[in-house]
Amino acid sequence: MKQALVQPSTTQSRPLRPKFRIGSVLLPAYFILLLLPIYWMISMSLKTNDEILAGFSLWPKTLTLEHYHEIFTNAAWYSGYLNSLTYVGLNTVISLVIALPAAYAFSRYSFQGDKHLFFWLLTNRMAPPAVFLLPFFQLYQSVGLFDTHIGVALAHLLFNVPLSVWILEGFISGVPKEIDETAYIDGYSFGRFFFRVFIPLVRSGIGVTAFFCFMFSWIELLLARTLTSVNAKPIAAVMTRTVSASGMDWGLLSAAGVLTIIPGALVIWFVRNYIAKGFAMGRV
Amino acid sequence: MIKTRNNKAWFLVLPVVISVAFSAIIPLMTVINYSVQDIIGPDQKVFVGLDWFKEVLRDPDLHGAFLRQILFTLVVLAIEIPLGILIALSMPAKGWKASLTLVLIALPLLVPFNVVGTIWQIFGRADIGLGGHFLASLGINYNYATNPLHAWLTVILMDVWHWTPLVALLCYAGLRSIPEGYYQAAKIDGAKAWAVFRFIQFPKLSGVLMIGLLLRFMDSFMIYTEPFVLTGGGPGNATTFLSIYLTKLAVGQFDLGPAAAFSLIYFLIIQVVSFVLYTIIQRNSNPNASKQVAQ
Repeated sequence: MKQALVQPSTTQSRPLRPKFRIGSVLLPAYFILLLLPIYWMISMSLKTNDEILAGFSLWPKTLTLEHYHEIFTNAAWYSGYLNSLTYVGLNTVISLVIALPAAYAFSRYSFQGDKHLFFWLLTNRMAPPAVFLLPFFQLYQSVGLFDTHIGVALAHLLFNVPLSVWILEGFISGVPKEIDETAYIDGYSFGRFFFRVFIPLVRSGIGVTAFFCFMFSWIELLLARTLTSVNAKPIAAVMTRTVSASGMDWGLLSAAGVLTIIPGALVIWFVRNYIAKGFAMGRV
Repeated sequence: MIKTRNNKAWFLVLPVVISVAFSAIIPLMTVINYSVQDIIGPDQKVFVGLDWFKEVLRDPDLHGAFLRQILFTLVVLAIEIPLGILIALSMPAKGWKASLTLVLIALPLLVPFNVVGTIWQIFGRADIGLGGHFLASLGINYNYATNPLHAWLTVILMDVWHWTPLVALLCYAGLRSIPEGYYQAAKIDGAKAWAVFRFIQFPKLSGVLMIGLLLRFMDSFMIYTEPFVLTGGGPGNATTFLSIYLTKLAVGQFDLGPAAAFSLIYFLIIQVVSFVLYTIIQRNSNPNASKQVAQ
């Protein structure tokens, strides 16, 4: 093993990973399945409703941006995006801020009840929503968090915090403990060590965690819809309401759907290198 | 890593505990409260003990929904986990191709649940959808709204489309964390591709796979919005999974007591299965051993 590591590397010329032959067929086939429904949605969003209903066509014959124009000029639509982005952003920031110290604690220390505590955190992802929504609504209303962005952000902590702790713990366990100890010997206080030394070391973990928080909060509908009425109404809820009110406006619905993918695509673009760098989860 | 015993670490965990407990404990208590009472009017409640639990456990509709749910979860897990691993093994490791595949593969994950339903609803329709039109032109009378088998296939395909990328992304990241030296050693030992997968790649994936498996189990077992948008639980009861049935009970018929009792049973099943999975995978994986090899 040791010898193998010091031998001159042949990595540059040829990867040592065994070539995965099925992959050259599987991957393109998979991507076709993956992209076709998305292509179809984009294509529908650029067609006029007359064209959609008139007959089948593989691509838009008369390109139109009327559906996008409608979304960007109608406050009922674009405020949905702003609301979603606001509470998702808040949720991501809060999740990271509170999960980082907790993940550090789980990674470095053992303490009374640590194993049970982690599993308890995780169980909060497991409550079937239908009946739990009613007490949720009552609780958030009674403390004045109903229909606020921060309210939805707090509710989404329920499923994002356990996941954040889990992912971050994996990254933190990859940082040797000697680094902490050296910093303390050098006279760093915990706070200074944490912000100056530690956070830069786990920044790829923070990026990856931010992506997952963003994703799960962005796609969640039931809690977000239950806890809002007007001021913080998420885009996904705006879409369901519009459908039932005015029949099926397929073009507009598709355009709104396309726009729901874009913010997340930007987030994944920023964290792609952190994911490509790789991470293997430890265990808590 | 050897952990230091230090109960002061609780202070670091406290913000997490408080913020989660705020949203977790009171709703849970309320649901427990509902489950043992018959709520007749706003201020009229009768304590009924475990009657609701007994009633829902005897409900044949619920048994049907439960079996469908188990079948659905097993099928999607059996497809998504191996497919996700295969995709991750096939994805390019470096360069612009890697960036592009990463971004593309993540796209389905970023679609809100109800929009996933809408996308497939449109895609599968024979009149305006690409998929439905294609199948119709092959002479297949495909209609997910009236044919139970088609509805099932569509819901499964939709879930595979939506969530395989999660498994693939996690596995991809797990694979990238394997040092090149491992492969070098395997090559010197003359290991075949299968042996490399079995003894190097798979063990390194166990951590990420555990997250993937648990998340997919929990979320598929509670699937609600996507099939609701697509089929509304139909045709008939064909795609009425547990959450859809529960919503019918709680909202449609407003049987809060039985619905609450059933929620708790449901909650408990997910917890027990998750706990078993969590424990088994923790026992089988031994990350400490592989860490020592790495250093």
